[in-house]
Amino acid sequence: MDLTSTIAYAGLAVAALLCLWRVLRGPTIAERMVGLDLLVLVVVSGIGVDIVRQGESVNVDVLVVASLLAFVGTSLTARFIEGLGSDDG
Amino acid sequence: MGDAVAAALLAVGTFLVVASAVGVNRFDDVFCRMHAATKAATLGVILISLAAALRVDGNTVPKLVLVIVLQLLTAPLGAHLLGRAAHGRGELSPRTVLDELADADPPDGRG
Repeated sequence: MDLTSTIAYAGLAVAALLCLWRVLRGPTIAERMVGLDLLVLVVVSGIGVDIVRQGESVNVDVLVVASLLAFVGTSLTARFIEGLGSDDG
Repeated sequence: MGDAVAAALLAVGTFLVVASAVGVNRFDDVFCRMHAATKAATLGVILISLAAALRVDGNTVPKLVLVIVLQLLTAPLGAHLLGRAAHGRGELSPRTVLDELADADPPDGRG
């Protein structure tokens, strides 16, 4: 279990860097938001890996809240994009 | 036995999340990237939650089921909202071959 979770942590670190690269590159707001959304999912996965590794359940509440926050951020950004004009962003 | 299954679920789930992060960088426009980010990452988070459910005590399992249900509900909703907004701004790749929403919602920034 230790080996598997260490490999999982390494993979998730690479995934988080790839998401950050997408957020930095853009080029549009929607694409940055896709990257941020996936970054939150990577964080949720990391907390899940920690739960598996420790066998403790204290962080499960954080898991629920983080996965909800991703949705709130995405829908707010979608509303924001719809309100923009066609020449900016 | 349970630990071995949890380790296998963890490995597959992590692979899916990493694969979707690769897809977000490799694909062409926002719609293809959403395709990678929602489907693969949702299944990855579900598998990791199942692995966690095998490792914690029974009282915590309903919360992990809640995580899975919320993920299944919110990922398509968020992707739909974002895709609709991006389509209204005409953020399609020039290599797009079929745009079935073009009649209802022309992708020229007027939507």
